[in-house]
Amino acid sequence: MAPHFAYGTLADEIAHLLGGAVLTLSFVLLYQRRVRMMINVYALQASVLGLDAAWQGLMRPAVTLWLIALLTFAGKAMAIPTLLRRAAQRRAADHAIEPAIGAVPMLVLGVGIVTLAAAAVMPIGVPAEGPTREELALAVSVVLLGALMLAVQDHPAGRVIGFLSMENGFILAAISTPGMPLLVWLACASLALASVIVFALSWQAEADGAGQAQC
Amino acid sequence: MLRELTCAHLVIAVPFAAATVLLLTGPARTARWISALAFVLTFLLALGALGDVGEAPGLLFVHPLAAHLTVLTAFVAMTTSWASLANGRSTFDWAPLDQRGGAGYALQQCQLGALLLALLADNAGVTWIAMEIATIAGVLVLGLARIASWKVLLIAGLGLVLALFGTALLSLAAVTALGPGFASLSWSHLLPAAGHYSGPLLDLAFAFLLIGYGTTAALVPLHTWLLDAEAEAPDAVAIVLGGSILNVALMIILRLRSLVAASGAAAEPNSAIMTLGLLSLMMAGVSLWRRRDLRHFLAVSTIGQSGVAAFAFGVGGPVATFGGVLHMTLHALTRASLWQCAMPAMARKGGGSNFIDLTGLLGSDRRLGIALAAALFSLAALPPFGLFSSAFLIVVETVRRAPLLTLPLGVGLVLVAFALLAPLQAFSVRAARGDSERRVELAALIPVWLQLAVVLVLGLAMPGPVVAWFKAIASSNG
Repeated sequence: MAPHFAYGTLADEIAHLLGGAVLTLSFVLLYQRRVRMMINVYALQASVLGLDAAWQGLMRPAVTLWLIALLTFAGKAMAIPTLLRRAAQRRAADHAIEPAIGAVPMLVLGVGIVTLAAAAVMPIGVPAEGPTREELALAVSVVLLGALMLAVQDHPAGRVIGFLSMENGFILAAISTPGMPLLVWLACASLALASVIVFALSWQAEADGAGQAQC
Repeated sequence: MLRELTCAHLVIAVPFAAATVLLLTGPARTARWISALAFVLTFLLALGALGDVGEAPGLLFVHPLAAHLTVLTAFVAMTTSWASLANGRSTFDWAPLDQRGGAGYALQQCQLGALLLALLADNAGVTWIAMEIATIAGVLVLGLARIASWKVLLIAGLGLVLALFGTALLSLAAVTALGPGFASLSWSHLLPAAGHYSGPLLDLAFAFLLIGYGTTAALVPLHTWLLDAEAEAPDAVAIVLGGSILNVALMIILRLRSLVAASGAAAEPNSAIMTLGLLSLMMAGVSLWRRRDLRHFLAVSTIGQSGVAAFAFGVGGPVATFGGVLHMTLHALTRASLWQCAMPAMARKGGGSNFIDLTGLLGSDRRLGIALAAALFSLAALPPFGLFSSAFLIVVETVRRAPLLTLPLGVGLVLVAFALLAPLQAFSVRAARGDSERRVELAALIPVWLQLAVVLVLGLAMPGPVVAWFKAIASSNG
């Protein structure tokens, strides 16, 4: 089957635009050097994601998506960044993060990952009512970029943000999958996992004072 | 509504109810007894749930393998709670757990309940939520202030998110055949309709789910969390429950294998599973020789045995699946025995887990030393213990189905077997220092020998009904 890119209605295009913005912010996360900036970018990514969910909820009237949007705004864009900032303050480490590899190789790796995701998604014949191939490719890319960040960041807060942005990839896939069962439950559960990890970060910070948690 | 309640529902409800009671219990001593009683009740109900096999009562799906693992998980949790009851108080090293006597035990009940829910749930989404609860409860038992729990959370959390993403893709792959809604993630609907899914989408979902749940099954490359979890676990119950998570994840992997294999459109799943299993076994075979810390040593061996079971599931077919399920079962029993001995053995020298801390164990506490040595023999898959027959079965089936892989499998198994005997040297050295610690209670060793006896009987002469039961499990998945 020849690769086919659908140019849909304006509503679809806005959804794509928001999805693309989430992916772009994943790239922006990759080369951040300060914890505080990283947290801000993450909060921005979560807000765009919430906007995407709200927009899709408006287009295909679905209460579930409104709930997801609410959960994303309140939990991921506000509560978790606040907790992260507090943990970072306790650690007194707003100084530069040295990722294991430099910014340029990191971005090159990131582009490679997105290419891989697009290639993996290309043969898929997506059901008519499901997400388009592009939306799926965006979600897979966001998940894999988060995993990359988790793998190469040395700083504990950087790793947590990598983990959190992976979760955003899941939400991105889930909001464009119509009729996914248990969506709100799964989103709540994944938010719970995220909060446990963020709490663990602040406990760690408390346990070893101003020192660095080794990991 | 109440009429529809089955043992399968109750077996999940009891641990959660016990957790609620335990949260309100003040003194640690009372909490230990309540917890042990709840484990017994759960085990009895798990036996009762065997009567529901093949049914799908409200939101649950009692698959033969799930029912089998329910009994197994409840059994080892129960015996281990007896052993630690006889061994004395377990301490939770994290202030919020230590201040409230029952909190740590409540978390363990919660973990057991979540594991049983993951086994019996009909919906893949519920399965994921249950696995997540089990992981979080397991990490909280370690205490959040530790570096180890942090590492466990990151790696296991990474696996969980990958599995979650895979679950969303699975729902998307099935949505054309089963329609949107609950059915598109329901195991009992997914398996029969396997022929109608979108192939490439199922491949992508399988890739994410395999890596995700493979992490929970402690398969290479994301296996390191198990080392940290076992190095810091406060008591044997925590470790045994942590090991049961591996079995649940292996069951999910087997289920996914059947699903993908049954769908004609997707790529064959077997080689990926075999590769992960074999890599885990080889890693254990190489790494065990360098370990001098009993906790790490046993954790690495668990990774290896999990790899053997995964490999067997990857080989495919009823015989290999029979071997894999048998291996999982016998390993769970052996592992429980081993930790039930290892915990008091390490406590003798104030918790030191290096082999040096265990020298002269056979001389200073003969009962405990012999039990530990027997459990190590069993773990090394040496005859007459049962793990030998399951490993043998797997090797024979590999010769038949994938002859080229027999060599690495054999090398891995032999490397692991000999490495596992190494600590015996340390134990049998005559005690040079004056060891006058208190000896372990005889009662604490009863569960150890009970489990080893089961492993022995299943290795030497498996009774007819048991063979029929394992065959039924294997043919329902193979």
